[in-house]
Amino acid sequence: MTKRTAKLFGVLTGAAVATVLTAGAQAQETIKIGVLATLEGPFAAGGQDGMRGAELALKQRGGMVAGKKIELVKASSDAKPDVAVNSTRKLVEQDKVQIMVGPLSGSEGIAVKDYSKSQPGVTFINGGSGAQATTLVNPSPNFFRFNTDGGQWMVGLGDYAYNTKNYKKMALIAEDYAFPYSQVQGFMAAYCKLGGKITHKAWVPLGGKDYSSVIAKLPQDVDALLVVLGGADAVNFLSQYEQAGGDKPMVGGSITVDQTVLNFKGKRRDSLVGTPAAGPMADSIDTPEWKKFVADYKANFKDGFPSPSLFATVYYFNMKAALDALEAVKGDLSGNQEKYREALKALKLQTPVGEITLDENRQAVGPTFITEVAKGADGTFYNKVVKTIPKVDQKLNMSKEEFDKMGLGSRDVPNCP
Amino acid sequence: MSAAQWRKAMNFSGGGRNWSGGRPAPVTPETARPPARPAAGSDSVVPTGAGIWRLWHHVRWRHLVVLVAVLVYPWVATPFFTFQIGGQVLALGLIALSLTFLAGYGGMLSLAQMTVAGIAGYIVAILGVSGTPAISLGWPWWLVVILAVMGATLAATFIGWLSVRTEGIYTIMITLAIGMAFFYLAQQNYEIFNGFQGFQKVVPPVVLGIDWRQPMPFYYLALFWALAGYFFVKYLIRSPFGIALQGVRDNARRMRALGFSPVAHRVAAYAVAGALAGIGGVLLVWYNGLITPGSVGTSWLINILIIAVIGGLRHPVGPFIGAIVFVLLQNFAIDLIDRERFNLVIGLGFLVIVLFSPDGLLGWWDKAKEWVMRRAGGRRIATRSGEWRSSGGPTGVSTRAPMARPLGRQ
Amino acid sequence: MTLLRRWFWAWLGGLVLAALAVWGIVDNQRLFFVTTLNGLTLAALYFLVASGFTLVFGLLRNVNLAHGSLYLLGAYVGWVAGEYLGSWFLAVAAGFLFAALMGLVLQVGVFRFMQGEDLRQTMATIGLSIMAADVALWIWGGEIYQFDPPRWISGTTTLPLVGKFSTYRLVLLATAVVIGVGLWAFLAYTRVGMMIRAGVDDRAMLSASGVNVQMVFAITFAIGAGLAGFAGVVGGTALSIAPGEDTRYLLASLVVVIVGGMGSVTGAALGAVLIGVAEQFGLAYAPTYGIVFTFVIMALVLAFRPQGILGRRT
Repeated sequence: MTKRTAKLFGVLTGAAVATVLTAGAQAQETIKIGVLATLEGPFAAGGQDGMRGAELALKQRGGMVAGKKIELVKASSDAKPDVAVNSTRKLVEQDKVQIMVGPLSGSEGIAVKDYSKSQPGVTFINGGSGAQATTLVNPSPNFFRFNTDGGQWMVGLGDYAYNTKNYKKMALIAEDYAFPYSQVQGFMAAYCKLGGKITHKAWVPLGGKDYSSVIAKLPQDVDALLVVLGGADAVNFLSQYEQAGGDKPMVGGSITVDQTVLNFKGKRRDSLVGTPAAGPMADSIDTPEWKKFVADYKANFKDGFPSPSLFATVYYFNMKAALDALEAVKGDLSGNQEKYREALKALKLQTPVGEITLDENRQAVGPTFITEVAKGADGTFYNKVVKTIPKVDQKLNMSKEEFDKMGLGSRDVPNCP
Repeated sequence: MSAAQWRKAMNFSGGGRNWSGGRPAPVTPETARPPARPAAGSDSVVPTGAGIWRLWHHVRWRHLVVLVAVLVYPWVATPFFTFQIGGQVLALGLIALSLTFLAGYGGMLSLAQMTVAGIAGYIVAILGVSGTPAISLGWPWWLVVILAVMGATLAATFIGWLSVRTEGIYTIMITLAIGMAFFYLAQQNYEIFNGFQGFQKVVPPVVLGIDWRQPMPFYYLALFWALAGYFFVKYLIRSPFGIALQGVRDNARRMRALGFSPVAHRVAAYAVAGALAGIGGVLLVWYNGLITPGSVGTSWLINILIIAVIGGLRHPVGPFIGAIVFVLLQNFAIDLIDRERFNLVIGLGFLVIVLFSPDGLLGWWDKAKEWVMRRAGGRRIATRSGEWRSSGGPTGVSTRAPMARPLGRQ
Repeated sequence: MTLLRRWFWAWLGGLVLAALAVWGIVDNQRLFFVTTLNGLTLAALYFLVASGFTLVFGLLRNVNLAHGSLYLLGAYVGWVAGEYLGSWFLAVAAGFLFAALMGLVLQVGVFRFMQGEDLRQTMATIGLSIMAADVALWIWGGEIYQFDPPRWISGTTTLPLVGKFSTYRLVLLATAVVIGVGLWAFLAYTRVGMMIRAGVDDRAMLSASGVNVQMVFAITFAIGAGLAGFAGVVGGTALSIAPGEDTRYLLASLVVVIVGGMGSVTGAALGAVLIGVAEQFGLAYAPTYGIVFTFVIMALVLAFRPQGILGRRT
């Protein structure tokens, strides 16, 4: 499966290189867009799916926008900011891309945003990174993000957990870095305000595999666990928790029960069914646009996941925005891309999940979906939508004063023991 | 590749042969004797006082060519090549040079050189100006840089003190474990190291009206320090300390019998290597503009080893050659083969070098020259001591030949 | 240090640990015992991985930094075998056999020609480990793989003092004890074991006494590598397999063997217990810096007893 993807990339990059070499300097009819995703390292699976999402956006337009050919130049990183900046710099300064889409992970996003300030002639659009600081702290005038951030992804879940599921007291297990901080903030901002209590916070080091001690320390008098882990960590925690005899219901973060976790190769755990989570998309949104998106994904990528993952979806949003705005200005990137950037700012992006617009920091305002894990007829797990919150902004739908007072999420912010 | 040849090349198991930085037996390194005088007897070990000027005799055409090439490079290359390729090669090469010095001339293969460089980088970020004003103290740049290099030297001395009792493979394991300890510390601690996020916007200052992060100024800055490091190491290996260090590498017991302290020499070597790596670390953090725990993680620790070994541990220019290969591959592998398989290519290249040319690329270069010279008829090149053999002798011909030329071409 | 001084320090250290233990029990009894048991079971896993590493080093003087890769590759192959053959036990066997085979190939094909050049062998293993990690990523991708052990060894058991505990981890502990005893018996009572022990002491003499040293080396490397593959499947069932596991277990083996002493299987057991328990207690009582504790212990051992606790000065 991966061999074929690798061959596909090889062919595409080979074709891209061939086009570069033969076309020489910028041909008027071709616009180059660079795409950066984590194709190496621990997020490799997510990165590959992100690439698929970006390619899908281009394929839906037949590879052309406003009569001009679009050429995708790919680059890879391994979730390290220095590698990401090096790859971006190569795409921008060496391969001379005019628009840059990427990167995938949070800390890479901040580093690429800093780099974008030194390249005012290129427009940078996010790929999948969801750190709050990218657009909240020192935003860059040519960095646009059409996906909501980690905190926005959890808005509404706090309310759902407290009121609908009746979890009044919870314990938290999350990885110890910026993305989970923002996720926890998104959840607790509402949850604490409603009167919920998080009595125990367990911040585990990233990549730690053995959760036995953490599980042993979990208090017994809580109603549920808030688990904000991703990928392999989530899989490990879930199985170890069950083996240790744990039986508390869970509430998951956006990447805790997503496709990459639900589809790990091995025995599915039935205990996962019913776990609520929240995120910018869900596997089973019941709209025709979403169904078409899933069908397109499946038709174009036989080696992909059964349903597009979060990474494929957000890369799709960002690439689609890049192309839609390009169409709006008829491919006119002159004048330091002035018109193009205005078009991006004004864009009302129609995505398979709804409408996404930008705020004054060029950050997306879009929908968040509350989901629950369900078992499909064929035995596979998926996330079904139980609630949709249409317009979530970066202030987590709080007022400016409240949000500024709270500040960015960290280990102790917010707190309601 | 026989075991004997490997040992010879790697200078590791002494075996009674006194290698001094890659020069073949006879024992002594080059001297500064004026070429006209006929060779006789043993040579003095070190250039004498006035002898420092006699180093001019060692300068050959190829040195001048390379020097001119690196000076002129930014004027002919694009800003991308100057900054991303050139700047990175020089910074990484300097860090790998510290490893070459330690391993090739000291016999201690330390995987913690990137850790030391990272410590210098973190000090620059924490004490200087960065994008995290909550932690960074904002001290003036010159103070911060000096403190960073000093901190790196101190850290290296500490690592050396811990590792000095071990040898060879043990040193690799222990320095790797120390490097990992620092990685986890930097990743977990938020008060000082800012954890997983690290520090962003750590940029060189604007001094004398020049923004030193622009491609050309940065390149020249890095070039200056790389050349300084290179010449410093070349000088050091011929100084009494350097010779003693190589003696300790070859036979510590004998050195102890002669009154030298192997432990002290080794720890001092770590300190010197730490200073070099510290300078390289400051350059690297300025190049990247950021430092995170990922910059000092396992992959970077091993990458420095790969760079040093690919180039060749025999001569101070080796790490720079290795850095050129590494950086070019890292940037352009995605255009030639799948970028995803970059690691496979690097690992394969490294393995091939270890198996077939432990001298790295320098070894292949020398072998190629030998082969050419053998084809050209096996010229006899006389030396002062007259015990030189015809070409086809041990590696190191290239560095000997210039000395002999003043005697006239044969 | 004189015997009296050594005993004094040992007693002092023991007293401090006992005081901490009493405080731990009083503070949260269940947590203390669960953590101890967790530490022992983690130590079991570390022992399984480190025993092969130390065996290879002890006899061949080869620091096999590709040991972690053998763990990971054995785990992946075991998983594939388990899927096709449908049995977890066959997966374990497949992991062991594949890794043993790889070890044999490496020794006979690569390391045999580098006899005596320890550093060169180590660097070759570094290159091999980089390649193996990338090949594994290529073939199996970045996803997480989990095993499907039979019902009767997974699930929960209830123990006194500890409450509910994972059955599989207890099985892991039992497995490690069995393997440890088996390895010791192999080394102590069989002919090959005797040759291995003799070779660890004096390789030249072994060769001079007419033994086919290359065959002994090949067998040892195969066993050491096979142990890594076995640990891969067994450990991968407890904690899943994913890219990056190879580095993690390599580091763990390194630390365990440095602390316990190179070349000694008993040393590996002791080191594993120390490191496993320290790591779990660190995670339970000081989660932020727990990981750093293991390295601090290692540094302390190095500073005061560089050959490891049970190691021999070579």
